[in-house]
Amino acid sequence: MEEPNISSIPTMQEIPFFAHQKLRVLRNRGIINPGKIEEYIARDGYLGLAKALTEMTPAEIIKEVTASGLRGRGGAGFPTGLKWQFCSQSRGDVKYVLCNADEGDPGAFMDRSVLEADPHAVLEGMVIAARAIGAHYGYIYCRAEYPLAIHQLNIAIAQARECGLLGQDILGTGFDFDLEIYQGAGAFVCGEETALMTSIEGKRGMPRPRPPFPAIAGLWGKPSVLNNVETLASIAQIILKGAAWYASVGTEKSKGTKVFALTGDVNNVGLVEVPMGTTLRTIVYEIGGGIPGGKKFKAAQLGGPSGGCIPAEHLDAPVDYEKVAELGAIMGSGGLIVMNEDKCIVDIARFFIDFCQDESCGKCTPCREGTKRMLQILTRITEGKGKEGDIELLQEMAVIIKNSSLCGLGQTAPNPILSTIRYFRDEYEAHIKEGRCPAGVCTALKRYTIDAEKCTGCGVCAKVCPTKAAKGEKKQPHEIDEAICIKCGICMEKCKFEAISVS
Amino acid sequence: MAKLTKEDLKKIKDKVLAESTLKEDGPKTRVTVHMGTCGIASGAKDVMNALTAEIAAAGIKDLAVTTSGCMGMCSREPLVTVECLGREPIKYEHMDAEKMKLVFQEHVLKGEIQTPFVLARGAENAE
Repeated sequence: MEEPNISSIPTMQEIPFFAHQKLRVLRNRGIINPGKIEEYIARDGYLGLAKALTEMTPAEIIKEVTASGLRGRGGAGFPTGLKWQFCSQSRGDVKYVLCNADEGDPGAFMDRSVLEADPHAVLEGMVIAARAIGAHYGYIYCRAEYPLAIHQLNIAIAQARECGLLGQDILGTGFDFDLEIYQGAGAFVCGEETALMTSIEGKRGMPRPRPPFPAIAGLWGKPSVLNNVETLASIAQIILKGAAWYASVGTEKSKGTKVFALTGDVNNVGLVEVPMGTTLRTIVYEIGGGIPGGKKFKAAQLGGPSGGCIPAEHLDAPVDYEKVAELGAIMGSGGLIVMNEDKCIVDIARFFIDFCQDESCGKCTPCREGTKRMLQILTRITEGKGKEGDIELLQEMAVIIKNSSLCGLGQTAPNPILSTIRYFRDEYEAHIKEGRCPAGVCTALKRYTIDAEKCTGCGVCAKVCPTKAAKGEKKQPHEIDEAICIKCGICMEKCKFEAISVS
Repeated sequence: MAKLTKEDLKKIKDKVLAESTLKEDGPKTRVTVHMGTCGIASGAKDVMNALTAEIAAAGIKDLAVTTSGCMGMCSREPLVTVECLGREPIKYEHMDAEKMKLVFQEHVLKGEIQTPFVLARGAENAE
């Protein structure tokens, strides 16, 4: 068959979006039908489980996972092998393996994609984890807002049970492990490990003080291991291909790959998996295809409401746990939101603290009261009512809230504020000292003015103005009364002479 | 499926590979409509419905139709992969029912790649 056009079609490897990715967790993407367990098996699925259950002791499994350097992909980056080690050493016949599929960070959808496309990878990881720590039951805590993920998980669980890969006497080895899905009910705080466990126990999702840590006393007071979806989806391959294979990519302290949900002001929005240590520039410009409309890059938000922003001056930073922390952000679960020059960084900080304030469970004072007050201050600043000393007050409060909150929500809520002050202090000062929003976003700081030279007095603006702020005599230059103008911008939209401008 | 043994895993792998590999006595073509939430939100269900309608109307049998989850480039959804015997898979982007009908008529039935809708050829490398 003649193919005159074929060479003009780029290969997947020639497209930067795909070329820079290294698929491990996402290795089955686009290839398997998640509703057919045999397709997963055909891609070497469940061979890791078979090896772990028939050729390795629990101690050997833990040793392999530890040697791989795998760190928790939920955000904190705690060494997975070590967590399993603590739990395996805890005494007791009843232990639990929990999968955190709550994925509450705004803008993050890595876990959702893994659960929808390759649910068996997570199940396989959970069985291996159970073998390692000595558990026989588990829960997948999945947010209810992921109906397709839950649907695919249910199919996968049923098929795995049917095949004897889940349940009693797995693969005829005598090892029992079964699990069920527990649906979240819309609370961000339930992604925090102790709040998650409290939620499964049927109580209101609120965290508990640690120690005792979940590995010692977790769900119903029993030793429990909670791992993120991405962490669990990495396990089977580590067992099958070995720790050395896993550690062959990445940086010194951050081994392996990381899945990012690349969103925001970027051309190629999507799901990307890259080796740890890939630079932000590669992710945003090569993989992401740069900023649409030729706009300039302002910052990338990493780690959602617990994270921070990385500005243009650090685009060449290698993205790994240590470097990102050094820059004042956190790796987080993988949400990477690109922001262009038209975003107001103070407004972004306000958005994240607003989210945290809304999601704060209320149990501890520093978070409950602290996020409320920080939000008030930021809102004032975006309304042009900022005061001298506000920045210093925010910084002072941040230290207290970070150090004394009961759980990660409060401990990290001040991060976006601290991070944006660190890199964009001038924007805060413009809002406070000049009542000006450099990006032109904060509505209260906008000023609509009519150029008397261009105005023909046609009266259209007066007609459309909802508050009668725009007025004037017929055929005379009109004016906008700033005091009652609500900055809706309709006048500017409707003016046919481009006589109205906003600053 | 009955309860498996370790050896069964390899047998299933071999069986699936044998059955799904494109060959002369069928299936000669495989069409995958990517249906993660991103795909569905962009209209992948309409694309799938158009495809199944076209297949029924054409009455052909040596064609495999399947779905998968998100294949990563969410901004170009709905995405469809067409793989013909002996040729590289072709990935189509921004698909809709109309384009799916065209791709079916021209590419699947006649082998003519619809270049204006193409994203890429070949497949990703997984480790």
